Amino acid sequence: MQLTRGHVLVCGGTGCVSSGSKKLQQALQDELEKRNITEYKIVETGCHGFCEMGPLVIIYPEGTFYVRVDVTDVPELVEEHLLKGRIVQRLLYKAPVTEEKVPSYREIPFYKKQMRVALRNCGHINPEVLSEYIGRDGYEALAKVLNTMSPEQVIAEMKKSGLRGRGGGGFPTGLKWEFCAKSPGDQKYIICNADEGDPGAFMDRSVLEGDPHSVIEGMAIGGYAMGASEGYVYVRAEYPLAIKRLKIAIAQAEEMGILGDSVMGTGFKFHLHIKEGAGAFVCGEETALMQSIEGKRGMPRVRPPFPAVKGLWGKPSNINNVETFANVPVIFLQGADAFASVGTAGSKGTKVFALTGKVNNTGLAEVPMGLTLREIIFDIGGGIPGGKEYKAVQIGGPSGGCIPKELLDLPIDYDSLIQAGAMMGSGGLVVMDETTCMVDLARFFLNFTQKESCGKCTPCREGTKRMLEILTRICAGKGVPEDIATLERLARTIKSTALCGLGNTAPNPVLSTLRYFRHEYEAHIFEKKCPAGVCTALLTYSIDEEKCTGCGRCAKNCPVGCITGEKKEPHKLDSAKCIKCGTCIEKCKFNAVVRI
Amino acid sequence: MTIKSWDELKKMREEAKAATATRSGEGTQIIVGMGTCGIAAGAREVMTAILGELNKRNVQALVTQTGCIGMCEKEVLVDIVRPGEKRITYGRVKPEHISRLISEHVVNGNIVEELVVAKLEE
Repeated sequence: MQLTRGHVLVCGGTGCVSSGSKKLQQALQDELEKRNITEYKIVETGCHGFCEMGPLVIIYPEGTFYVRVDVTDVPELVEEHLLKGRIVQRLLYKAPVTEEKVPSYREIPFYKKQMRVALRNCGHINPEVLSEYIGRDGYEALAKVLNTMSPEQVIAEMKKSGLRGRGGGGFPTGLKWEFCAKSPGDQKYIICNADEGDPGAFMDRSVLEGDPHSVIEGMAIGGYAMGASEGYVYVRAEYPLAIKRLKIAIAQAEEMGILGDSVMGTGFKFHLHIKEGAGAFVCGEETALMQSIEGKRGMPRVRPPFPAVKGLWGKPSNINNVETFANVPVIFLQGADAFASVGTAGSKGTKVFALTGKVNNTGLAEVPMGLTLREIIFDIGGGIPGGKEYKAVQIGGPSGGCIPKELLDLPIDYDSLIQAGAMMGSGGLVVMDETTCMVDLARFFLNFTQKESCGKCTPCREGTKRMLEILTRICAGKGVPEDIATLERLARTIKSTALCGLGNTAPNPVLSTLRYFRHEYEAHIFEKKCPAGVCTALLTYSIDEEKCTGCGRCAKNCPVGCITGEKKEPHKLDSAKCIKCGTCIEKCKFNAVVRI
Repeated sequence: MTIKSWDELKKMREEAKAATATRSGEGTQIIVGMGTCGIAAGAREVMTAILGELNKRNVQALVTQTGCIGMCEKEVLVDIVRPGEKRITYGRVKPEHISRLISEHVVNGNIVEELVVAKLEE
């Protein structure tokens, strides 16, 4: 046992690193050495999920939670807290609205309503030290499975747990494993989908960076259950830190005898490989993903045959998401019944959500299924910044839909969201306020899916292009009355005929915004107005004569010369000539240019 | 070092738990007064002695420090709280007392009467 009695945990997740946590760690190290303090150990952990407040530092044994810690704070932190045991008040987390300071990690509202299962180790261990994972019951589930259960018993337990795929499909995992287990084949594969293509989603990234072994353990258990001796983790190339941590974790596990020809001495053979993606959203689709692993262009194919029957290199394969695998060891540690005691009737367990957009506490929140959107956005998320009004939340990324104010008390689970016209997706939640234009939002998402379309099937390749064209025209003020009906018809056709998930969910944002915000589309088309004040082409510029001082800056800079006026006299803007470039608003120092 | 059996995994887990025990929030607490009065009275040497003794005996405990509680006359003050038991404050603690405090109170639960200053009811 070492002489350290205190641990200083510094978050080394990507969010905090970009806020300077590496420099912070070095500064802490230097300060401890300078003062000859040996009883504290500095530990770099993975992501806590509270990225908004980074760099994060947690000091144990007190569990004091410090936020937005800067290199310049280090001398005071070391002197006051480490040497004298006095909490540095100004670095504590301040609850929004009440401004109350919360010293303890466990009391902060952001964490209070959370139930961290997939994220159980993130922020608590150093992901590059295998023994720390083992210290928190790591690989105990795998040992239990290999030593006391048969593959059939493992699958039965998985089915009993009620775990459904966390990647977005929500397919019952136990059933999926059973299909693959029952498929005859001399070689089977188990694959982890770590492509995480949804813009703004970073749940999987955090698990891979902060607790890569939980995924390895989940995959090993799955490999045993299905008879797969080889596994692949398909990680998007845009996650270099996750790839690095995964490589270290796999190497350490191999060294320790946890991966290899005889896992922990049981005779079970299991090897893991990493395959890096190359920037294609469509490769998050399982059949395209497998093509990519095989070295071919990532394009989906018709199913049946399903991967469980004929997958990677034509062999039976099972693909699950990162978060799904991270939940697996927990099922075997606490038992399927305990796991199933959390959540709703149809959706068991917890879900990790990435809270982003117009919300005070952006970051990751893992909550039991059944919690309402209101609780997530307002209790955990801390509400909308600047006192603005909540408008909607986009859930499920470019494949999902929006949930308006009326449905804020909807308990989140797979089925309730589908009924509301959205979908769980991978868990990305983008919160929007009164300054978001819903038509522009739909256009944004469609622009993304259009670019990412692989081009193989006509409904997606041509259909999304036409939908995008219509939406672009509407936002430019050139919408025509038939557009809404055309959009709806196109959407329904694409949904039922596209070859893969990218295509058949691409119209969702459009259908969803039409369902709840039809009046915004109508305003754009019939009144040529953008109620949220976003679509520049639909805004009218004018000059407030009361505020205008006649300085002439706007007129001087106007590229089309539509502003006229005498010096020191209020100026006038000719909206017929105006090209709505916004230069005048930028240049005016008296807030005299009005844009509505 | 490879893990060749379930028992070896269990052993590794125990060792790892000990190394990260300070993050668990559970166990016996030893609180050393380290306000200016404490430090002037030699609290750092007492702290070092405590850590050394715990290490030597392979005993788990959460060691924290606190500021001045007002009884400056009696520094160095060391509080010991075993889970579920009363918090005992020892006063005028010197490094040579530590061995007894750890072995008798922390390990066996026997209060070292002659060093006690106060007993705090929870």
